[in-house]
Amino acid sequence: MADPRTHRPRLWSSAATVGVLLLAVLLVPPLVQLDEQAVDLSRKLLPPSWEHPFGTDDLGRDLLLRCVYGLRISLLVGLVAALVATVVGTAVGAAAGALGGWTDRTLMRLVDAFSSVPHLLLGIFVVALFRPGVWPVIASVAVTHWLSTARIVRSEVLSLRTRPFVDAAVSGGATRWRVAVRHLLPAVLPQAGLAAVLMVPHAMWHESALSFLGLGLPSHQASLGNLVQNARSSLLTGHWWPTLFPGLLLILPTLAIAGLAGVWRDRLNPRRRSELTL
Amino acid sequence: MLELDTVTAGYDRRAPVFRGASLTVSPGESVGLLGPSGCGKSTLARVAALLHRPDSGRLVLDGTEVRAWRHRAPREQRTAVGVVFQQPRTAADPRLTLADLIAEPLRATGRRAEAAGRLAALAPAVGLTPDLLARRPHEVSDGQLQRACLARALVLRPRWLICDEMTAMLDASTTAALVAAVETYRAETGAGLLAVGHDRVLLRRWCDRTVDWKECLPVGRTP
Repeated sequence: MADPRTHRPRLWSSAATVGVLLLAVLLVPPLVQLDEQAVDLSRKLLPPSWEHPFGTDDLGRDLLLRCVYGLRISLLVGLVAALVATVVGTAVGAAAGALGGWTDRTLMRLVDAFSSVPHLLLGIFVVALFRPGVWPVIASVAVTHWLSTARIVRSEVLSLRTRPFVDAAVSGGATRWRVAVRHLLPAVLPQAGLAAVLMVPHAMWHESALSFLGLGLPSHQASLGNLVQNARSSLLTGHWWPTLFPGLLLILPTLAIAGLAGVWRDRLNPRRRSELTL
Repeated sequence: MLELDTVTAGYDRRAPVFRGASLTVSPGESVGLLGPSGCGKSTLARVAALLHRPDSGRLVLDGTEVRAWRHRAPREQRTAVGVVFQQPRTAADPRLTLADLIAEPLRATGRRAEAAGRLAALAPAVGLTPDLLARRPHEVSDGQLQRACLARALVLRPRWLICDEMTAMLDASTTAALVAAVETYRAETGAGLLAVGHDRVLLRRWCDRTVDWKECLPVGRTP
């Protein structure tokens, strides 16, 4: 369990999966000049074949192409939302922990206030304020996910700022700002980065959930959530492929990113090697 | 003069670690403060280094009463007192190389240009070789790290030096080398020293005079 050699297969399979998926979403759209929206009703709901490896949907659109475009949008939403949430969370957590006093109390009550609302509900509220699109979804996920990062960073900073090396810096003439930027932030950045990476698949699932509820991206736009949502009626008539492949593409990057993050986490703290938990 | 006058301090106002402690160090003098573990002598040392605000009492540093502590203290006052802590592991930022660790106070006070020169002078004085300076704390021993911490405390040329159990974790030869480095610095600059510890033999040989913790406290008020 704690044997570092067991990291090897996990690391390589995760890295290969992420690599292949990234290559697909980055290279296929510019290189393959096909319209993922092209409707062909004479070819609707064809099962997987050489011509259409993932089959076609109820409007005869090629599902492999739509899955690649869908994954592209979902990954973009996941990455940007995770980045924004981590930057906000780190800034709030670091300010609360480093400044203390009323700043800390105010910011943490704000975190409590946000946490007191179920985050999917709050996310739905945010998207409902805007027209459907990529940015409202990103905003909805970011607004609801900086909280845990803020808590993690704050508690790290609180435990760090009583260490003698902070005393030594103060005694050496460092300002509060310098202590925060030079000594505290570099110490919490690996944790914050790890939280960000783990948040990417989580944010992808949120995009899917919102789209599945019909509140996320416009329904014609290929996203993993929209693909699963569109496939519901086909599933009832025994057509399994429009549900299976987008579903797999949601699970695969989640497992792969969690695998990479697990290796990273073990690197961060070799004394507390933990198995990957999802 | 470094004067601590009836200082009461601790981490909970209702239950201070000690009440009414007084201690004076004259310029150029070295004073050893002896006391059992947990008596509060380290807290008093932190007060003297402007790192811990006392509940009551006064600290007078070179004729000026200290009114603000930690970040709020004027930088000139804070950096007039150099501190060496007991545990070099926790007193060193694990991400900095020893060279950066020693030069950090110069950078923090906007005197980056002097870093190379001070480093070249201080490293041999505390017994650090150039290859050690490029390493990070986890790549050196406790003794080597404490040498770097002493160099960091001296890099701004403080008028006062506070060594809180500086050698408690170290072997005899490293202890001797560190004490020699402190004494060389004091001979050059005339800085005063407050050495806190529980090793009576060491402090008696090192310091001009030693003070028992009990002598710092008001008569009849020993906790």
